[in-house]
This record gives sequence, C-alpha cells and structure tokens, in this order.
Amino acid sequence: MTALKLTNVCKSFGEVEVLRDINLEVEDGEFVVFVGPSGCGKSTLLRVISGLEDATSGTIEIGADIVNQVSPSKRGIAMVFQSYALYPHLTVRDNMALALKQERKPKDEIAERVAEAARMLSLGDYLDRRPSELSGGQRQRVAIGRAVVREPKLFLFDEPLSNLDAALRMNTRLEIARLHRQLSASMIYVTHDQTEAMTLADKIVVLKDGHVEQVGAPIEVYNNPANRFVAEFIGSPAMNFIPAERLGGVAGQQIGVRPEYSKIGETGRIEGQVIHVEKLGGDTNILVDVGSSSTFTARMFGQYEIETGSHIGIDFEDAHCLRFDAQGNRV
Amino acid sequence: MNKARRNPLNTALAHVVLITYTVIALFPVFVILINSFKTRKAIFREPLAMPNADSFSLIGYQTVLKQGDFFLYFQNSMIVTVATLFFVLLFGAMAAFALAEYRFKGNTLMGLYLALGIMIPIRIGTVAILDLMVSTGLVNTLMALILVYTAQGLPLAVFILSEFMRQVSDDLKNAGRIDGLSEYTIFFRLVLPLVRPSLATVAVFNMIPIWNDLWFPLILAPAEATKTLTLGSQVFIGQFVTDWNAVLSALSMAILPVMILYMIFSRQLIRGITSGAVK
Ligand SMILES: Nc1ncnc2c1ncn2[C@@H]1O[C@H](COP(=O)(O)OP(=O)(O)O)[C@@H](O)[C@H]1O
Ligand SMILES: [Mg+2]
Repeated sequence: MTALKLTNVCKSFGEVEVLRDINLEVEDGEFVVFVGPSGCGKSTLLRVISGLEDATSGTIEIGADIVNQVSPSKRGIAMVFQSYALYPHLTVRDNMALALKQERKPKDEIAERVAEAARMLSLGDYLDRRPSELSGGQRQRVAIGRAVVREPKLFLFDEPLSNLDAALRMNTRLEIARLHRQLSASMIYVTHDQTEAMTLADKIVVLKDGHVEQVGAPIEVYNNPANRFVAEFIGSPAMNFIPAERLGGVAGQQIGVRPEYSKIGETGRIEGQVIHVEKLGGDTNILVDVGSSSTFTARMFGQYEIETGSHIGIDFEDAHCLRFDAQGNRV
Repeated sequence: MNKARRNPLNTALAHVVLITYTVIALFPVFVILINSFKTRKAIFREPLAMPNADSFSLIGYQTVLKQGDFFLYFQNSMIVTVATLFFVLLFGAMAAFALAEYRFKGNTLMGLYLALGIMIPIRIGTVAILDLMVSTGLVNTLMALILVYTAQGLPLAVFILSEFMRQVSDDLKNAGRIDGLSEYTIFFRLVLPLVRPSLATVAVFNMIPIWNDLWFPLILAPAEATKTLTLGSQVFIGQFVTDWNAVLSALSMAILPVMILYMIFSRQLIRGITSGAVK
C-alpha cells in the first residue's frame, strides 16, 4: 500500500511558483529523503503534505484518502521541526501528551504511550523538566518523542539535525534510523545534507527549484545521476567535470568523473598543477588545476605526500565516466 | 559578553549617566512628595527643605480625604485605566496576530490603515466623539472614557505587537496546529506568553497618558460620579487661590497606583522571556 501519493502538486505564493508539478509515491514503511539546496522548496513541500499550507493544485493522498481538505491534526501525520518547536510552558511529559489529550484519548492510554516513547528515546529522567532545562539533543529527542506518541501513518522530519553539533548529529541520525526499523513506519525526511540523505534513505528525492530532478535508491542516484545537477549535488567531494573535447569526445558535452575513481601518476589522460592538498588522514583530496573552468579533485585512499605546485597526471577508466550534454542531461 | 561591556571604566560611566538621569527625572516627584507633608508657609519659604518637626503637617492629606469623593475618583481612574489596558492588549494582540499570521487580501493595507492612527491625534475628533457619545447616551459614563482610550491606544499596540508576533517561531505555531490546537489556543497559550514583554511595554506606554488625561474626562465625563482623579484634583486649583497643600497631596497619592501598575508590568518585562522553547 502507498502511505503517501502526490499527484501534480503545485504551490505558488502569489506570483512565485515554489513547487512545480510534483508527482511522488511513498510506500508503507519506506524512508524517503527529500534533498536539495536551501530554498528549493523542501519545507514547503513538507508543509503542503502536512496541511499547514494548501496546495495550489494537485491532490495529496495519505493512506488511501485524499486529504486536500483535511486539517493537519486529522491527517494522521506527525512532524518534527528543525527548531524543535517544543511548548515552552509544558513539561516534557505534557509536551508529548498534548496531541493525545486533544484527541481525548483515555488517561491511562496517554500515560502508557508517553512512557513507551520516553523509554524508546531514553527520556525517562527528564519527563518532569521543561524544555528550557534540556540540552539541544534532548530537546530534539523530545520533539521526536512527541511525534512517536501519536503513532502517525506518516512521520515528517524537517531538517531535524541542523541545529545540533556534529557528534550529536551522528548519534541522533542513528537513533532516527533505529526508530524507523523499530516502528517500521513511513517517514519523510527533509535535509540539505547529502550525507544524511545517503545514510538514512530507502529512496532519495532530489529537488531543485521546486521540481523533482530524480527519484531513486541512494546508490542508484549516486551511480546513475539523471543529470548534471544531481551528479554535482550528490557525493562529496563533488563530481569533476571536464569538456569532452579534451578527451576526444563530442564538442559541447561534459564528462563527469567522481573524485574517488581517479588515479594519479607522472602523466595521465589529463594533466595539471596541484593547487591544494587536503590530508584527512583516511584519505587525501588533491585539487588540481587542469585548465578547465573548475579544478579537478582527485580523492585518494590513504596518505600521500604531494607538493603543491607540482605537475601531475590523472587517469580514470571510461567505465567510470558519465556524459552530459550542453543542457546538463545524461547521454 | 563583549570586552567593552566588561570594562570597569565604561560600566562606571554608564552608571553615572543613568544615575544622573534618574535623579533629574525623580527630582520633581521628590519635591512634590516632601512638600505635601509641609505647612503652606513652609512650602513657600523653603520649597526644597525636608519637612521637620516645625513644618510637618498633614493638612493637605486631610483636606483631600475630607473633600468630596476622593476615593471615588481614585476608583474611577483605576477602572478606566485597567479596563482600557485590558481591551487595548486583548484587541491589539488579536489584531496583531491576524496581521502577522494570516495571509489575506488587504493585509498590508489593513496594517497601514491601523498604523495611520498613530500619526493622527484622537483629540482632533473630539467634537465628533462628543456628538457620538451624546447620541449613544454614553456621556458621563466611564464606558465613554474606556472606549475612547481604547481607540487611542490600539494603533500603536497593533503596530508594536505585530512586529513582535512576527518573531514568534512559525514552527511552534505549526507544531500546535499539527497537535490539534485551535487558533485561539495557539494565540492564548503559545503566542501571548512569548510576547509578554512586548505586552508589558504596550501597557506601560498606554497607562500613564490615560491616568494623567484631563481632556476627555472634562469633556465626556465631568459628572461627580464619573470624575477621574486628575479631574477631581482640579477643585483645589482655583482661579484666585490654589490650595497647594491639597494639590500636592492629591498628586502624591495619584502617583501610587501607577507606580504599582508599573512595577507589575516591569517585572513581566524582565521575567517574561521564556527561553529554550525554540533553539
Ligand atoms: N510563506 C511564504 N511566502 C512567500 N514565499 C515563500 C513562503 N514560504 C517559502 N517561500 C519561498 O519558497 C521557497 C522555498 O522555501 P522552502 O520550502 O523553505 O525551502 P527549503 O526548505 O528547501 O530551504 C523560497 O524561495 C522561499 O522564499
Ligand atoms: Mg527548509
């Protein structure tokens, strides 16, 4: 069964078209990540799904029902916000219980569900504290707990980790992945961070300017990007692009090579001057000026001693080359 | 904390400036207070001297308390001020919330229209207002004053509050909507507590001009039963003789309630900020 189905969804604010013709299906139990640069309409899409904004046109189905006219609280969704958005005047317990109280659930059921969510997210010790007495990571766990107690058909996360520091981000990411396995619930997760997208998703939806660029499994999107935008956006360091003519290809086309597929030597298919070396310990990124508009980044596994300013050659196999036409589409 | 703020010289300078200002601002109040406890002769002989065994007198207070319905005036002023503040804050905050939160046709226009009231003094419309009050039979009621002061206070209140309401996190309101809270609950339980400092600001701005106003009480509610404190105190200021003891005593007592109200609101100003909700 599909948990969510969007058909031809458009959204404009006055003259400005923010979402253009979005078609999408989310299967039951699937973890779908919306990824795209800031301002591409990810949050707007999430707000349209949740009912906080009305779609200008198109239909939104959650479960099997069309919910265009249904209010947010009745759509069977729960949302976790980047800014936590906890109720400042309520304790952790009441923050989590509020939605159930609004639904007039029996008291013991509320208590039970809150206790269960608190156990799952190890919030048991903080139930009587107020949000201001919690750290950032704890607050975000409470926000997640508030979503969990509602037992929604669909979870919506809007950049939930952006306000956390790196270590906490990693932990909370693992926690969300674990939660997804435990609850086997359908989840939609918005991020501009492609590491989060790659690590969490069953299915990635790449957005640009309110338009879906590509939908697919993370590895599929990585190996087989539909166009230059996706190829550049997914993967870090970003893919290298070289004019095809330099490698004896068709004029106007670009060849894309991922940094990790390059080998360095005295000479190679392209050559240039090393302008910077990033030694990360585990791997080494070598930035080479190869005379095209952007620099070429070679990512080598292990540690290398290379002088900036030295001349090196770079080799890569044809099997690892992707071709893009002048419009940026794959050929 | 940045360096400049921690520099002791800067701190000292800031304090000197602030204390100077406080002294200048409090001086007239102080003079009124000390003179209200002196005999009439002592007031004129040495206005700046503290009351001593010789010059001490409660004659002013006795006159004021004996004269007419001083407590009634007090009560009238209190009712008018508190009721006005309540309505200004309630309606001002509601209008501000609507302007800040909802996208509807004419939103900006409505905001500008309301802001226009800040620039046009309400006294220009006195004749029309009096007309209106006469035909609605509201002359010589406290309601007349409350209505006029509410109208007078709303523009600035809406203007200030909508600015603050825009700063309340959208996520928080949206979280409430998803949890099934009504717009009223979101407004009263989530938004209002977060803008409490700005409510206190608006209250303080509105309170003092209303408390001190002589114009509208004189025109709209001069009857004995509806006199406000400012209007009531005028009986001691005569064309030929002014009972300074009584005037000073009346003024001293009039300071008290505003001071209490001010203290209530300024505590809110400081305490109100509930951190940790967002971020
Ligand atoms: N309420 C609104 N009114 C007008 N424009 C908006 C509104 N909300 C978002 N936008 C515009 O829609 C675009 C997408 O915003 P958003 O969905 O927040 O992007 P993202 O979450 O991907 O960073 C932005 O250009 C933003 O300016
Ligand atoms: Mg966003």
